[in-house]
Amino acid sequence: MFDAYEIRKDFPSLGQLIDGKRNTYLDTAASAQKPLTVLKRIEKAYKDEYANVHRGSYRLSELATENYESSREIVAKFIHATNKNEVIFTRNATEGINLVAATFGWQNLKPGDEVLLSVAEHHANLVTWQQWCLRTGATLKYFDLDEDGSFNWENFANALNSKTKIVAVTAMSNVLGTIFPVKKICQAAHAIGAKVLIDACQFAVHKKIDVTEFDCDFLAFSGHKLYGPTGIGVLYAKYDLLKDMPPYQFGGDMIEHVYYDKTSFALPPAKFEAGTPAIVQAIGLGEALRYLMQFDFEDIEKYEQALIDYTTQILAQIPELKIVGTAQNKGGVFSFAVKNIHPQDLAFVLGKEGVAVRTGHFCAEPIVRKLGYTSLTRASLGIYSVKEDIDVFVKALYKAKEFFR
Amino acid sequence: MTADELIDNFSFIDSWEDRYKYLIELGNQLPHLPDEKKTDEWRVPGCQSQVWIVPHFENTSIWFEGDSDAIIVRGIIAIVLVIFKDKPAQEILDVDVEEIFDKMGLREHITPNRRSGMLSMVDKIKYYAAQSIGN
Repeated sequence: MFDAYEIRKDFPSLGQLIDGKRNTYLDTAASAQKPLTVLKRIEKAYKDEYANVHRGSYRLSELATENYESSREIVAKFIHATNKNEVIFTRNATEGINLVAATFGWQNLKPGDEVLLSVAEHHANLVTWQQWCLRTGATLKYFDLDEDGSFNWENFANALNSKTKIVAVTAMSNVLGTIFPVKKICQAAHAIGAKVLIDACQFAVHKKIDVTEFDCDFLAFSGHKLYGPTGIGVLYAKYDLLKDMPPYQFGGDMIEHVYYDKTSFALPPAKFEAGTPAIVQAIGLGEALRYLMQFDFEDIEKYEQALIDYTTQILAQIPELKIVGTAQNKGGVFSFAVKNIHPQDLAFVLGKEGVAVRTGHFCAEPIVRKLGYTSLTRASLGIYSVKEDIDVFVKALYKAKEFFR
Repeated sequence: MTADELIDNFSFIDSWEDRYKYLIELGNQLPHLPDEKKTDEWRVPGCQSQVWIVPHFENTSIWFEGDSDAIIVRGIIAIVLVIFKDKPAQEILDVDVEEIFDKMGLREHITPNRRSGMLSMVDKIKYYAAQSIGN
């Protein structure tokens, strides 16, 4: 049974006071707080089960390897991949996307080809493809969204053509909250022979990932937004693609045999995990996903939808506040602007009231600029968010409005 | 107004609300930069608000104008400009801004975490000062 109030007890950091105020944490879209079980798992991994992986035949190395690899299985289960060797551990989602661009993109893109992105992509996705298009001579194209942030199928379908080689889109915008129809996107892209990369960083926090159902070619997300440690991310890729992609980095653990003049490489995923990996972070991520999987995503979604509705309704009552991104199908992020108050000023006052929100362009500068802003404020929800968070936040908003009147 | 007078004024303030109100008051008194000076050339890199610092070199002295689109940041700029007012370049380089902000109870505003251009603003001013004496 899903009970956010019970869940809060699992997150020690939520109970702390911030300068004497209740910790009203509304910045999960930037990074999530960690449940105690993850912290304990990390400690145990370092204290009782630590050695390098894939190397020694002694007990601790075997144990560490077992734990590291069983995290891979947990990830595969979490994203509904049928083959755990399609799961590559990366540093974060950014590295996952860079890996695809620098291997698959480098190998396949040539002048005349097109890479298609939405206008609302995070810099991790946008800058990476922009730069690899510049390097390969491929053309970067964008499709627009509706004014309210909704996904516009016609815009997408019209931009897709026989020259499109890669479609790289978010599954949920970190600015607008819009949920993208990833399954349909994959179908349409595959029909014209393009591959699809999904940036699932935000989506993963709010909705069930099913790579088998999506039929996506690549999917990346980071661990730290999913209640796991920093320094660990996941790239899922179809095994047939991984087999043919060149290595991303060279070094230990990714080889089969090395000679002075040549090297044969290991099979995926090892081929893409050069050097000592983030062992304990991967184990911590496994624990975070295990923690998450005790809940039914349908229950999480149902609970969150009610909180989204509540928040939307209460924010709509605040004079001179405009929510940016009001698509029917959206996840729990609320970007907004308050007339005549700069987001940074707003965040100063909210911060003093213990309310953590993000300000700026949220690493998606082009879409924020396109919407006519240099900076916005964003409140975002996690599984531990409750109505009281919204009430404290809104009260602080009114206080800020008084303050800057 | 001098930095010591500002430290004095802040020392009478107990609550963050009043401290912010005073910052806003200082921000309101700061003259706005004309739009033609709000260019990338004078922009101080910062994530959350836009900050511009324009140096003016006159014979041996150097003085600054500044602006931001956030009012509390304008207040901070006003303080920074007071701190560096009428000082020869070498003295500008020697000023410990963090210590002064600490005395005003505004230390949190110059931690790198704020990413609001505050520290970069001071770095930029010191950069101009160093440049003017050929350092």
